[in-house]
Amino acid sequence: MSEAFDKQESPQVDPLASEKLDAAVKAAEEEFAAAADLDALAGVKPAHLGDQAPLSLARREIGSLPKERKAEAGKRVNEARQTVQAAYDARLAALQAERDERVLRDEAVDVTLPWDRVPRGARHPITTIAERVADVFVGMGYEVAEGPELEAEWFNFDALNFGKDHPARQLQDTFYVGDDDSNLVLRTHTSPVQARALLHRDLPVYIVCPGRTFRTDELDSTHTPVFHQVEGLAVDKGITMAHLKGTLDAFARAIFGEESGTRFRPHFFPFTEPSAEVDVWFPEKKGGAGWVEWGGCGMVNPNVLRACGVDPEVYSGFAFGMGLERTLQFRNGIPDMRDMVEGDVRFTLPFGTEA
Amino acid sequence: MRVPVSWLKEHLELSDDVTTEALVDAFVRIGIEVEGVEPLGTVTGPLVIGRVVEIEELTEFKKPIRYCRVEVGDADLDEADDDADSDDDTADAAAGEDAEEVDPTRPRTNGIICGASNFAEGDLVVVALPGAVLPGDFTISARKTYGRVSEGMICSARELGLGEDHTGILVLPSGTASPGDDAREVLDLDDTVLELAPTPDRGYALSIRGLSRELACALDVPLGDPAKIEVPEAEGEAWPVHIEDPEGCRRFVLRRVTGLDAGAPTPWWMRRRLLLSGMRSISLAVDVTNYVMLELGHPLHAFDTGSIKGDLVVRRARQGEKLVTLDDAERALDPDDVVIADDSGVISLAGTMGGASTEISTDSTDVLLEAAHWDPPSISRTARRHKLFSEAAKRFERFTDPQLCAVAVERAARLLRQYGEGSIRPGRTDVGEVPPTPAITMPINLPDRVAGVRYERGVTVSRLTQIGCKVAVGTGDDGTALVTAVPPSWRGDLAQPADLVEEVLRLEGYDSIPSTLPPAPAGRGLTETQRRRRTVSRALAEAGYVEVLPFPFVPASVWDAFGLPADDARRRGLTVRNPLEADKNQLATSLLPGLLETLQRNISRGFRDLALFHIGQVVLPGEGRAAAPDPGVAARPSDEDLAALERAVPDQPQHVAVVLTGQRRRSGWWGDGETANWADAVQAARTIAEAGGVELHTEAADLPPWHPGRCARLLVGDVAVGHAGELHPKVVEALGLPKRTVAMELDLDAVPLRDSRPAPSISPFPPVLLDVALVTDAEVPSADLAASLREGAGELIEDVTLFDTYTGEQVGEGKRSLAYKLRFRAPDRTLTVEEATQARDAAVAAAAERFGAVLRG
Repeated sequence: MSEAFDKQESPQVDPLASEKLDAAVKAAEEEFAAAADLDALAGVKPAHLGDQAPLSLARREIGSLPKERKAEAGKRVNEARQTVQAAYDARLAALQAERDERVLRDEAVDVTLPWDRVPRGARHPITTIAERVADVFVGMGYEVAEGPELEAEWFNFDALNFGKDHPARQLQDTFYVGDDDSNLVLRTHTSPVQARALLHRDLPVYIVCPGRTFRTDELDSTHTPVFHQVEGLAVDKGITMAHLKGTLDAFARAIFGEESGTRFRPHFFPFTEPSAEVDVWFPEKKGGAGWVEWGGCGMVNPNVLRACGVDPEVYSGFAFGMGLERTLQFRNGIPDMRDMVEGDVRFTLPFGTEA
Repeated sequence: MRVPVSWLKEHLELSDDVTTEALVDAFVRIGIEVEGVEPLGTVTGPLVIGRVVEIEELTEFKKPIRYCRVEVGDADLDEADDDADSDDDTADAAAGEDAEEVDPTRPRTNGIICGASNFAEGDLVVVALPGAVLPGDFTISARKTYGRVSEGMICSARELGLGEDHTGILVLPSGTASPGDDAREVLDLDDTVLELAPTPDRGYALSIRGLSRELACALDVPLGDPAKIEVPEAEGEAWPVHIEDPEGCRRFVLRRVTGLDAGAPTPWWMRRRLLLSGMRSISLAVDVTNYVMLELGHPLHAFDTGSIKGDLVVRRARQGEKLVTLDDAERALDPDDVVIADDSGVISLAGTMGGASTEISTDSTDVLLEAAHWDPPSISRTARRHKLFSEAAKRFERFTDPQLCAVAVERAARLLRQYGEGSIRPGRTDVGEVPPTPAITMPINLPDRVAGVRYERGVTVSRLTQIGCKVAVGTGDDGTALVTAVPPSWRGDLAQPADLVEEVLRLEGYDSIPSTLPPAPAGRGLTETQRRRRTVSRALAEAGYVEVLPFPFVPASVWDAFGLPADDARRRGLTVRNPLEADKNQLATSLLPGLLETLQRNISRGFRDLALFHIGQVVLPGEGRAAAPDPGVAARPSDEDLAALERAVPDQPQHVAVVLTGQRRRSGWWGDGETANWADAVQAARTIAEAGGVELHTEAADLPPWHPGRCARLLVGDVAVGHAGELHPKVVEALGLPKRTVAMELDLDAVPLRDSRPAPSISPFPPVLLDVALVTDAEVPSADLAASLREGAGELIEDVTLFDTYTGEQVGEGKRSLAYKLRFRAPDRTLTVEEATQARDAAVAAAAERFGAVLRG
């Protein structure tokens, strides 16, 4: 390169000769084109566009030319110089684009590498389905009511029309807490929340009560001594069983899809009269869509209203209750109740934050 | 209750085309749960009645075996042979020989091996001949066994699909049928057994009478009441009885049958029904009492008259009295138990189980039949106290028809006369007084109003009449149409209008009730507390924690492992009186024991890096609380009673807790991870506080189960809400946890709700950033130092962030250097460096004054 440079520097040549200018342009174009990268281009740039480049020297010679040749020579030199500059710019742009592309290519990574430095946690599906149920009822104008898990027997049984000798009060079904005369039980259903709501809230009352409940069942694949219920209560003037049916149908559709609905079978509960067991139409039932036992319901027994200070001649109401474990078990196909109880992270994680 | 369909249909005028499915549907529709539909097993091939002609006892085997010659009539053995499994050539050959030896003048017999011994020569039995297939695809073939050729099988009831009795083979009373008769017809094997579960309020439905009535209502067909028996006038008493406890016993009826043939067999039709209902045949007298109970729903008791000493007395048991019951168990009686006594003491646990001393035996010829109406709650308590859930107790505790006592006794006495050749003595004891059933009056359209349906005119009256009420229609003072119904004697459950309404609605069908939404008022949505709980739960899950829901039952020993001092309030959790696991009988006062147990379960399943959380109620100690009062249920409790009730229930605040072990930030191809440490536990609390929109600060604390040097008290304002940090090494060791396990627990209810969130004013002017490094005594908490900087800096300070800590030679022993980034900004102008420097100097001065902090050079 320096050899070529020296040659072009040679003072014996008339720098303004046309052939000389053309040669300088050609040489520049060839060397720019030959520059393989930006460094090489920068290296050859001074030889063609620098102070000592042939065209720069030629421009300086113009001053010494006779007046009549100046304009013509100047024009030729300038044109030559513009051609060289354009060749340089084009090459520079091409090489820069090439470099940018290469840099991005070189920076490519394996995007399938894992990046779970702090893996996301999860909420228990019982929590999320309870919230979902609550939201359905909040959407219908209900409010969410809650209460203590350790309850006075009066709220858990007496107020709900359980006679003093009702079998459910027996030790076989109910956890009794404290001294013999403490009259405290772990609530066997969330119904005591309903009693408290009727005693403390202004009428009409429309509430939904999700919560943890307790019965002395041994833990197995379909039973757990600690489980969750959601109950609903509506007490207003003119409440009918048709309202109960409509409410549960809407509930079923919200949880199991538009095709769903409910069916009532007469049953017995101390706190409702008439009472019914509720079956829900479950489109995704194993082996084909069908009815699945879901919960209990009925019209609030006038004895319950009286015990809670509500005049059954003026007001009527309905109540219903479902087990959330059971609901999840058939809705999500959970094979064993113990999976919901044991706290194995493999069970909960796939649910994320919504069930 | 197990019920053969043929028995149910006996009292109903049903057309022949009513299928079992139709009956099942009807039961379900009106609220009688059908738990099972069991058609009797199919028997194909030759099943015949046989007569045992000769029994040869084979004694060379481990158990007694009989080789019997059984007369089987003219069953076609050749055909049977063709059908039989002919792998066994010997058996075929032998059978062939036997067949050739038959003497045409004598009845044909088959040689059959039998392992049972409850039969004698001359007995009628059921024989499955070779080629027969019994329920369960049990094919009978001629085969060689116990050294003989057995040409068929003598069947037990269970082998025929007639119930579960397998204590011996089925022996039919003589005269029931003749050898060679088709046993399928004799046994009536074309039948179905329904397993029905009426709800506990419907005691009457635990009987053929009650169930038939339910079907009659559901299908609108006439019913022939099996209890419609004329009870003749009696002459005198059957036995002297005194009711000393009229509350426990409303009515007591006795009838005496003498001259009974103790060995008389129970007729086959009765045994069959008992078998199919799941009852074993014992003796005629016992079978008759059971049969009448199933048929009419009224349990009966039969005393051996000769064993009774003196007058009978109905009373409560006395302290210390004992009774040996029919099951040979000696039972210590409770003064609440209603008993029947004679001069010798208690002879029967009323309504629950009879006593051994007056039990009728296989040679009783003189029996006293008793039917009484017992107080249901008393029976219920007695049955549970003695764990005696007899068929009788099951019915008495659900209410029996007090008008049925004399009828049931009469029915049983007649059956004993008919099949046991007994004679009914003219006397009858019938003592006690049954109060009349009160009438219920209600608006005639109440069922319509409750259902939200306009029923056809007359439905209320017709349905109530159908279930047996005496119904009258009238008009109230205000012109309302009223109906007055006197419930039938068997319906103890009908006490108020709502009960009558249910009868109308269920018989009209719940499927006729439409689906409409009630006009609920606008609600207020979730409360602040409820919304915050959701936010906290989501925040923790997004931060990597997995929610678990451990049970609230903990062993008292966990508090020792926690290293709690003897007087720590957390030790005083309430005790569950009837825990499922005897040692886990404490209600948790903290969420940590349950969380740590769950942590261990996950570790034992192969996990090392774990972050768990639980949001739940804990039960704080309830000492000093008065017992809950019992204000009754007739009306709303007084405000005082209600307050007392609520005070009796211990505080149960909502807690949040987390536990962590292993790597909080995982190692991987990107480099090393970070092990969870005390700071992660504190950070979890901060996450919760931020979710609630409040600021949390910490101070050093020393509280078990935490490490005394690595435990933070969590405060919101001045209120301590919980603790976080690393667990004490001894706790980790005692519980077998991974080293350096960390934990946090706070009382979410104690964290104040943020009532407003005013928007900040955002200054658009540029900040000035200045760093300071301060050297203080190492014990000075960084948070306090930061607070002093913030206070000292005045209004221009926007943020104070700790970015480095240093201890070592350069700052000297017992000292620590803390480096903070201070960000200053003015709300209304571009701050000059001079202004910021002044503020910084003021901040440092404040730190110097409060903590002796020295600016590090």
